[in-house]
Amino acid sequence: MDEATQIRLTVNGRGHTLAVGPRSADVAPSDTLAHTLRHVMGLTGTKVSCDRGACGMCTVLLDGRAVLSCSLLTVECDGSSVTTVEGLADPETGGLHPLQQAFVDHTAFQCGFCTPGILMSTKALLDENPEPTVGEVQEALAGNHCRCITHYHVLEAVQDAAGRMREAALEPGPTVSESSSNAPERDVATGTR
Amino acid sequence: MAAGYRHIGKATERADARDIVTGRTRYLSDLEVPRMLYGRVLRSPHAHARILSIDTSAARALPGVEAVLTHADAPDWRVGTPRVVRVLDSTVRFAGDSVALVAATTEAAAERALELIEVEYEPLPAVLTMDEALAPGAPEIFPEAPGNVVSAGTPWFGPECLTGVRMGDVERGFAEADAVAEGVCGYENIPNPLPAEPPGVIAHWEEPNKATLWVSSQAAYQDKVVLFFAFGRQVDVRTIGGPCGGSFGSKLMSVQLALQATALSRAAGRPVRLVMSKEEHMAAFVLRIGSRIKAKVGMKRDGTVTAVAGDWLVDTGYYSMTTQAQVAVGCGEAQLVVRSPNWDLRSTIVCTNRTASGIVRGFGGQELKCSILPVVSRVMAELDIDPFDFFKKNYVKPGDGYFWRDGQWYTYRGIDYTTAMDAGAAAFGWKDRWRGWLQPSAVHGTVRTGVGVGVHGNVDIGESVSEAWVRLDPHGAAVIYSAASEHGTGQPSNLIKMVAEVLQLPLDRVTMTPADSAITPFEFGPVGSRGTWAMGGASIAAAEDARRKLLERAAPTLGRDPGDLDTCDGLVFPVDSPENAIRWNAVIGREGSVMGEGRFDPDFTLANCMMTFVEVAVDSDTGKVDLRRVVNATDAGTIIDPPGLENQLNGSLGSAGIDSALFEETVYDPATGRVLNANMIDYKWRTFAELPDMKNVVLETPVDSHRFRAIGVGEVATAPGPSAVLMAVSNALGMWMDEYPVTPERVLAALGKVPARGRGAGGTAAAATDSDDLAAGADR
Repeated sequence: MDEATQIRLTVNGRGHTLAVGPRSADVAPSDTLAHTLRHVMGLTGTKVSCDRGACGMCTVLLDGRAVLSCSLLTVECDGSSVTTVEGLADPETGGLHPLQQAFVDHTAFQCGFCTPGILMSTKALLDENPEPTVGEVQEALAGNHCRCITHYHVLEAVQDAAGRMREAALEPGPTVSESSSNAPERDVATGTR
Repeated sequence: MAAGYRHIGKATERADARDIVTGRTRYLSDLEVPRMLYGRVLRSPHAHARILSIDTSAARALPGVEAVLTHADAPDWRVGTPRVVRVLDSTVRFAGDSVALVAATTEAAAERALELIEVEYEPLPAVLTMDEALAPGAPEIFPEAPGNVVSAGTPWFGPECLTGVRMGDVERGFAEADAVAEGVCGYENIPNPLPAEPPGVIAHWEEPNKATLWVSSQAAYQDKVVLFFAFGRQVDVRTIGGPCGGSFGSKLMSVQLALQATALSRAAGRPVRLVMSKEEHMAAFVLRIGSRIKAKVGMKRDGTVTAVAGDWLVDTGYYSMTTQAQVAVGCGEAQLVVRSPNWDLRSTIVCTNRTASGIVRGFGGQELKCSILPVVSRVMAELDIDPFDFFKKNYVKPGDGYFWRDGQWYTYRGIDYTTAMDAGAAAFGWKDRWRGWLQPSAVHGTVRTGVGVGVHGNVDIGESVSEAWVRLDPHGAAVIYSAASEHGTGQPSNLIKMVAEVLQLPLDRVTMTPADSAITPFEFGPVGSRGTWAMGGASIAAAEDARRKLLERAAPTLGRDPGDLDTCDGLVFPVDSPENAIRWNAVIGREGSVMGEGRFDPDFTLANCMMTFVEVAVDSDTGKVDLRRVVNATDAGTIIDPPGLENQLNGSLGSAGIDSALFEETVYDPATGRVLNANMIDYKWRTFAELPDMKNVVLETPVDSHRFRAIGVGEVATAPGPSAVLMAVSNALGMWMDEYPVTPERVLAALGKVPARGRGAGGTAAAATDSDDLAAGADR
């Protein structure tokens, strides 16, 4: 590949032009998208565990589809738009996406290492199917390894998030607020949120 | 219920929740240290070999390579109990053992350098199983382990470290029994706890003798202590912990990686990151011990156990730091479940040419229980005793005693768990589903349903020392100095809740320091379910000490005795006239702070308890075993954090728990000793697609621990399930299944539908049932 070759990537809404070449600051032709995101762009929210496409932890959205970033070459993604877990929150306000908020409210994580991948797989599902059955969520997340066994809380959180997102889609005006009538019982008296 | 508490018992947001869902949490492999190099390890293809020569010249000449180490130039730092394993050695002892280390400016260069190292081996005969290792004349792995038997006991538990259980007179006990059963059962499938984040470390050596290590483990301070001894007491060690992407015990044993990274850093003069690939994680990192017991159990008709005798063989692989400790704890825990006046349980730790053993949730007790309970089941079956009734009768009760890991006798002063067991049985519908031994609960065509139950408990909820400091800042905030780093259980957040409760502060006014041994006092770490009582006890004591000092300093200003004062939301006030409140800064001043100290000392007189009920459906056509339902029953005294606890108990499936009876196993090539399924396709793990109906029954009977009257139950959640699965499958099939995991192959072999493949392929059975009988049974 010619050293002057450049590729363009949009990551979390921001355009990047990357030189493809052998120098360490560039994208090597053999670099995976996961490597470029983590080590070139510093977006370490995307996790690498098996690095062989079997655990789902590196899942990101490529033009809206959930893909395994450890198993894609960065050069294959020229001209694409990538969304990582860092791109889920509202870029203006920093407010959490309803999906993220539901995971917080349901403690839908333990060690948290698999959470970014699960969030991105779920985001792709809900974009395509706003009202999935529990079985459809299970199917969509079947490639996401979670060793702590947070599956049960994740399934609750996803159903909750889907409800919040549907409500938000119906309501005009600002995006979803942080709380919802579907949230589990909270102690509001502590003033912690 | 946690009535009257402001935070305790409420579903509060975990302190790190927002960081986790936004990707801001920085795990070890997300860290960059200036001038950091990337380390890689060249690994042996042989299970046992002598290294005749290593040529590293081409690797050293590769651009970007900053250091290459072999056994000839690696420092003589040692790990293991006893200390027999070097950073690099001239003999390799398992397929995957370290041969050479490389540090380079990029991972690619380090990988390439490994390919350029030329090694000449002289293969040696290997002992891949305990039987091979113990055979007369077997090749020895270490001179320090004659006959491949590793020395018993660990100095950590003192001179009387438990190596077995001996009391009473077993021969008299067997004579008094109404039935006696004898048998061999093993839990030898070496399941991998397989945390999501691979093991790793970053090491920075500074001359002449300072090592700073960024670690990924649940017990960062304890890493410092272990490494201090591994470095031969000659190195000033600082460990810095952070978020850990799962451990389940295992990452506490990243010691050898830590030594290797430090050696590379010393050689290169730059920090070195050494993170395992997933393949290395699965084929070269520590795994669960193997366990097999030849046991004899005597019992009376009423379920009273009269005698237990057994020879427990423990396969530790090529070495372990902690196998002796696991034997000690396992022997202690056996006495919690089986109450007998007569014991003769002995242990032998065997060294084999496979991956080393390390800590895995269950820590000896799960392994021993999975091995011995199937033998106990045989006696129960002979006397037609319901296993639920048996466990309820035999689980440790107030006033009972046991030898714990230090060899000392302790009297249990905790609660009676029969109420929790009854609640679990009711939730599961045990009495409706239990049809008797080797009886399926239901048969529909080829699908046979069976139920099983197991129980486990641990006294290590009060083990070891925890220390914490709590600093009060003038603006009404508190900081906990603790080496509690987050590894998934929510323990740091729970300590924050406890301290906030003591000081009556909002949760967001309490934070915790990084788990840095240069900052915090000693912390043994969250292991053995000790987080709630032991770690909580230290933080609570520190908060109480800080509160006491604050009120004493406020007393003159308010003109009252300290005992008349209270604090809430950063104010101090007389209890009888809260309107006269003053702010903390009026007490502390704008410059200064108040520091409280807290400490927990070991207490082996309380135990937790987990009973697990399972229902399985076995397809006699395909041999597939489906886990349909799980009910975990326990009593936590007081629940600190409901969703966190629920998560922990759901974790009974994974991390080498219940699923280790169903499909999890590390498969070794019997010819080469290499791991054949060291990847996440061939190693089977539970996915979202197949989840059993899961229910956790948690009672709250206040227990005499600390002021919140709580104890931990997280670690034990995995332990009762595997033997319960074996029991359930045996009942479903109407024949004894004695090997883990109950794969389709084993089920079909037991049914006579495929050939059995020697040990490790199918149930041994009272074997009265052949395939015709079973087919007839299926038709009924």
